[in-house]
Amino acid sequence: MNYDFDFEFLADRWPDFLAGAWLTIQLTVVAIVLGFALGTLCAVLRVYGHPLLRRLVGGYVEIIRNTPLLVQIFIVYFGIATLGLKLSAETSAIIALVINVGAYTTEIMRAGIESIPRTQIEAADCLGLKRLQVILHIVLLPAMERVYPALSSQFVLLMLASSITSQISAEELTAVANLIQSDTYRSFEVYIVVAIVYLALSFLYRIAFWLIGGLLFVRRRRLGTAL
Amino acid sequence: MTQFNSFHLLYLVDAAKWTILLSLIAFAGGAVLGMALALSRLSQWRALRWLAIGYIQIVQGTPLLILLFLAYFGLGILGAKLEPVVAAGLALTLYTGAFLGEIWRGCIQSVPRTQWEASDCLGLDRLQQYVWVILPQATRIAIPPTVGFMVQVVKNTSLASIIGFIELARAGQIVNNSTFQPFLVFVCVGAIYFALCYPLSVTSRYLERKLHVAR
Amino acid sequence: MSRAEAVLPAEGQPIDQVPIVRVTGLEKSFGPLKVLDGVSFAVQPGQMVAVVGRSGSGKSTMLRCLNGLEDIQGGTIEICGHQVGRPGSWNKAQLRSDVGMVFQSYNLFPHLTVERNITLALTLVQKKPKADARRIALAVLEQVGLAEKAQAYPEQLSGGQQQRVAIARSLALSPQVMLFDEVTSALDPELTVEVLKVMEDLSRGGMTMILVTHEMGFARRVAHSVIFMHRGRVWESGPTAELFARPQTIEFQQFVGSVL
Repeated sequence: MNYDFDFEFLADRWPDFLAGAWLTIQLTVVAIVLGFALGTLCAVLRVYGHPLLRRLVGGYVEIIRNTPLLVQIFIVYFGIATLGLKLSAETSAIIALVINVGAYTTEIMRAGIESIPRTQIEAADCLGLKRLQVILHIVLLPAMERVYPALSSQFVLLMLASSITSQISAEELTAVANLIQSDTYRSFEVYIVVAIVYLALSFLYRIAFWLIGGLLFVRRRRLGTAL
Repeated sequence: MTQFNSFHLLYLVDAAKWTILLSLIAFAGGAVLGMALALSRLSQWRALRWLAIGYIQIVQGTPLLILLFLAYFGLGILGAKLEPVVAAGLALTLYTGAFLGEIWRGCIQSVPRTQWEASDCLGLDRLQQYVWVILPQATRIAIPPTVGFMVQVVKNTSLASIIGFIELARAGQIVNNSTFQPFLVFVCVGAIYFALCYPLSVTSRYLERKLHVAR
Repeated sequence: MSRAEAVLPAEGQPIDQVPIVRVTGLEKSFGPLKVLDGVSFAVQPGQMVAVVGRSGSGKSTMLRCLNGLEDIQGGTIEICGHQVGRPGSWNKAQLRSDVGMVFQSYNLFPHLTVERNITLALTLVQKKPKADARRIALAVLEQVGLAEKAQAYPEQLSGGQQQRVAIARSLALSPQVMLFDEVTSALDPELTVEVLKVMEDLSRGGMTMILVTHEMGFARRVAHSVIFMHRGRVWESGPTAELFARPQTIEFQQFVGSVL
């Protein structure tokens, strides 16, 4: 092999990489927050909802988990256009990512909710708490604590998978890389740089989730034991 | 411009066989790599353990799409002709191996310690312990999550379309280019993926339940 | 049946007082299995009634029916003026504030501190200001001798301490009647003592209590009256001393013989 690596493009293109990384962060943080809300709501409906709602949520989860994100992104992007709505690529990307991560969150949170013993709910009921209060105060937080590792891995995977939104030309990190490599013809080097940026982002997200976990789960922070 | 018709649908279904083929390549390659990684992670040699950990951390912290680009352009640098199927097969193997390695390591570790101790007392060496005692038990535990992960493999092959390999997703784009009915086309593409993946999901859950009952 | 339907008078209290709990002909089935087959009894305010019997006699189910945790197939339950079990005739929220319940498995909320376990319903249900809720929490913790554990988490406490917190949690809502479902069955003997002590103090303070228990010694010493359940019925009941002195049925004699 006789190949001269050339990273000179970094000298004047590094702000572009940063801008791309920043958009990736924005896209995925919004998608994670909204997707978590959607998934938690669906998980509650999946466990406690009307039988019809349960089946509906089950169908949503199965459809999303058994089709590729790439195809989901195309369907959302072109589907919205077919409806005559004009949304930016970034908005379409967020919608697709929310629908996607919402389904995975539903499954993970459902497992958490089902792990809360019935007796906890009964005890809260005997204290006079209303159904919604029981779900909010007695079920959801411990459920989330128990599945938090799975949840945060899923969110890191979503951040990485957001690279696929480059295919509908959302101007995130991967799209920036595609642009730079077509300008400079240093494809391999460009993608090595981008891979390192993504690695740094996954590391950053893991630290962020660890910190958020510490804020949310006071008991765990103080005692250090599993629930 | 033509309307989406049964010919297009047949073309999509036909393209699905490339999705299946690529999935099988990725799974076979990933299985070999994954097994090596799982055993390395549990090796007595610290260097080997850290090598495996490093590999898994890097691959799991990089988007599959970027791995695909790296494989595609990296192979180009090595002077290989840019065959998308080779690059896709390589990238998917590297990616699948990292995840299977972690899944299988967990399965091997879930075999009770006492099994190691008991077989040690019988005078088996480490290789014999793996072959005759540990792996047969770990396999039983590993089958449901492995089948479940095959769903991910099948879905991941769709990214090969981006470097120009004509499988199901790429076939969808081609059909769309001539019909301009993207919504309809991609719903069909999605339905075919669903038909491939859903049976695997159901099987995985069924096996999982069976394993739990058996225990 | 005459004995089963007898109104149990508390010692030293006027017999004509209106009972606070009155159960008549209570029936409960799980599918084809009839668990309660015409249970009737009444409890006067301030009484401690011990419900005893072999496992499977229906005593825990009966207690759960009293608090509306199980729906019933027949009979009536009147507790603190609530007609429990008949759809539409009782207000669950009001019943919950009048009747407290303590479980065998404590059922403290593991993610909340002891204090928050107690203030949760005070703030969410009774809408008390945080400061008031805290004051009440500390007072009831004082009452069960655990004031210094307010900031601890349930897992940091022994089983006996957890059960005392559970009693305090229920007590904080100032119920008129408290139900205890085998609250010491999961505890070691030395931890049982501290919980029974709390319950005895409560009874002295005039709390109306119905407890399902296996602690025959405690029941015999502290309870005003005893209900012996057998095959889903009130087989025998009456003032404690009288009942133990002159058991009427062979089943109760055998039961007493087997546990004492």
